[in-house]
Amino acid sequence: MIYNVSIWAILIFVAFVATVLGLSFFFARKTNSAAGYYAAGGNIHWGVNGIAFAGDYLSAASFLGICGMIAYSGYDGFLYSIGYLAGWVVALFIVAEPMKRLGKYTFTDALDARFNSKAIKLTAAISTLVVSVFYLIPQMVGAGDLVVPLLGLPHWAGVVIVGSIVIFIVATAGMTSTTYVQFIKGALLIIFSTILTIYILNNGFTLNPGKDYHKFAKIGVVIEDKAITGTTDPEYVFKESYTVANDFTFVKTEKGGVDQWFKLSKDSSSLEEALFITTLENGTKLYNGEPKSSAKFYQVGHMSKIVVDGVEVDETGPLGPFEFLSTMENTEIVRFTKKEIKAAATTVWYQDVTDGKDMVKPGLLFKLSKSAGATPWDRVNFVSLMLALFLGTSALPHILIRYYTVSSQRAARKSTIVAIAAIGFFYILTLYMGLGASVNGVMDVESSNMSGPLLAKYFGIGIFSIISAIAFATVLGTVSGLIVATSGAIAHDFMDKYLNMKMNDKQKVKAGKLAAFGVGLLAIALGILFKGMNVSFLVGLAFSVAASANLPSILFLLFWKKTTAKGIAWSIVTGILSSVILILFSPTMYEKYGLAKAAAPFPIDNPGIISIPLAVIVLVVVSLLSQKHNATKVENYHLDEEK
Amino acid sequence: MHGPAAKLSKDNATSKKTRLGVILFLFYTLVYGGFVLIGLVNPEIMGLHVIGAQNLAIVYGFGLIVLAIIMGFIYNAICTRMENRLNK
Repeated sequence: MIYNVSIWAILIFVAFVATVLGLSFFFARKTNSAAGYYAAGGNIHWGVNGIAFAGDYLSAASFLGICGMIAYSGYDGFLYSIGYLAGWVVALFIVAEPMKRLGKYTFTDALDARFNSKAIKLTAAISTLVVSVFYLIPQMVGAGDLVVPLLGLPHWAGVVIVGSIVIFIVATAGMTSTTYVQFIKGALLIIFSTILTIYILNNGFTLNPGKDYHKFAKIGVVIEDKAITGTTDPEYVFKESYTVANDFTFVKTEKGGVDQWFKLSKDSSSLEEALFITTLENGTKLYNGEPKSSAKFYQVGHMSKIVVDGVEVDETGPLGPFEFLSTMENTEIVRFTKKEIKAAATTVWYQDVTDGKDMVKPGLLFKLSKSAGATPWDRVNFVSLMLALFLGTSALPHILIRYYTVSSQRAARKSTIVAIAAIGFFYILTLYMGLGASVNGVMDVESSNMSGPLLAKYFGIGIFSIISAIAFATVLGTVSGLIVATSGAIAHDFMDKYLNMKMNDKQKVKAGKLAAFGVGLLAIALGILFKGMNVSFLVGLAFSVAASANLPSILFLLFWKKTTAKGIAWSIVTGILSSVILILFSPTMYEKYGLAKAAAPFPIDNPGIISIPLAVIVLVVVSLLSQKHNATKVENYHLDEEK
Repeated sequence: MHGPAAKLSKDNATSKKTRLGVILFLFYTLVYGGFVLIGLVNPEIMGLHVIGAQNLAIVYGFGLIVLAIIMGFIYNAICTRMENRLNK
């Protein structure tokens, strides 16, 4: 997709980055101690920390990924919103206060509070590193996606810009500046998403997304002896046809020396224009038959029918929030669904007319009913995803460390509630932003991640610039938090606690900053390497690994007296290995390797339903087998014994 | 060794708060589990209108989000009262 770059977008973006850097300079002068670097001195106000939680949590996956997924797959994308928020219930009711009570700087501190075990220090540090790196990759990929329309720069430039700024932020001031960056960004994201939603509701639905929206051609087809032999429009010269997956017939034509692709309609009476990218033998890509620079590759997504009070209308006018959802049920939406035509080295996105009812209930992405052709494994995959989303949040190291930035357990609890309210409100908005993007002709079929920002562009360059700058700051803030978490795992958990390197407070901070620098460089490299990879898929992987590796240990430490250090360490190792291995052998990964999905040895994409119970079983069995070591506990923080 | 970054005072309400947290967590898990179960067993009913012109998917989905927020406020109010009473 070719985008026009706006000077306003650049100015607002530069102003944002300058503010963030200025904040870092300001707090850098105040950060001299390890407590200041890793935990902001433990004196952040709970309200600020709560919004900063929201800032940490509403990463590229939430704003860019979920909005994009809803735009393309309707309510199924909203399932992520529901699951992500439900995860905070676990955090609030079970994890928040004990984590605050047990830990100092990192999640490892809390797990190890009873034991002083080298095995826990090592495995928990590795787990923090693995989960955070998996979480970092999609953020960096998202940053690259954002700069393309925002600044007109290539993908790799976005990754390098984010990486460099974040290394600077984290290596100068640590958790304090990260917290304030997250606070500002979290608050702005929620405010401007609300404004964008008001624009969407005020706009209502229309059959004509804009005067620049492409008019898709529909032409007659000539079929002889069940074979397509031509078109009824002499301007379009028939060239060839392909049938894909037995159900879809695509037709290639030529008009004025330029190729077009059409899909044969369901009743075989007409041909409907599709978007397409063809890869030539020399590797050059043609977008709708022309070079990319011709800008003939359109943004898409529109309605083909709107019914209000039993009457077909062209537009609805402004709608209330509930009216918006109920009116959508009486519409037809034209989505653009991807199909590969390997024999023609072409990818097409054909017009897929969808009943509005199907956009506001599950089923377009996750096949659940028999009538939709769901297999038992499809259902297991759905349960596994919902389980990982529910249990993953309270096991994410970069979220857990935020409990150490406040002064008390009460403050930890209150900041979690502020976070739940802010995040919950935002997630309700995602449904409107996603559905709004699906029908206003803004979707870039090459990158679903840009649906939210591009919808803002539909309403004006000003709000687009601000939303894009906030989205960029979203990535900055989340990456900052992740790098603080990983630098803590390396410098505090591994170097200081595991290797027992004797360091004074200043050396600890220096080690943390050096670790942040190293992880930042790694993140840049991975962000460039994983270009084009699905952001939500990688975040889902991070949630699965976190829920499998960390949550059983946290819960059993808090609620089962017989838990031992060995049990925790082996559970973490089992959780990491089982979840990562199962994902590497999953259908989606097999497709990415260029192999058949059906050949994948593990039939579902989300491993949580196997890896979480496995980690629990290992924890219980190893703990029971190592009870004699339980006597080595140095301090007993068990809840039942605190009465 | 380990210890909180900020010095914490003794909290006599810990065990009561923990029990309350577990009860509320189990209640929410049941409601969340119900949503997943409907998707699993009878996804078609997600499209049925239950309140006005809103279908079950919208009502249940929004309901789960709003319920989490309301339960959070209730939990905080009860915990704060317990802390004030037991930590005098």
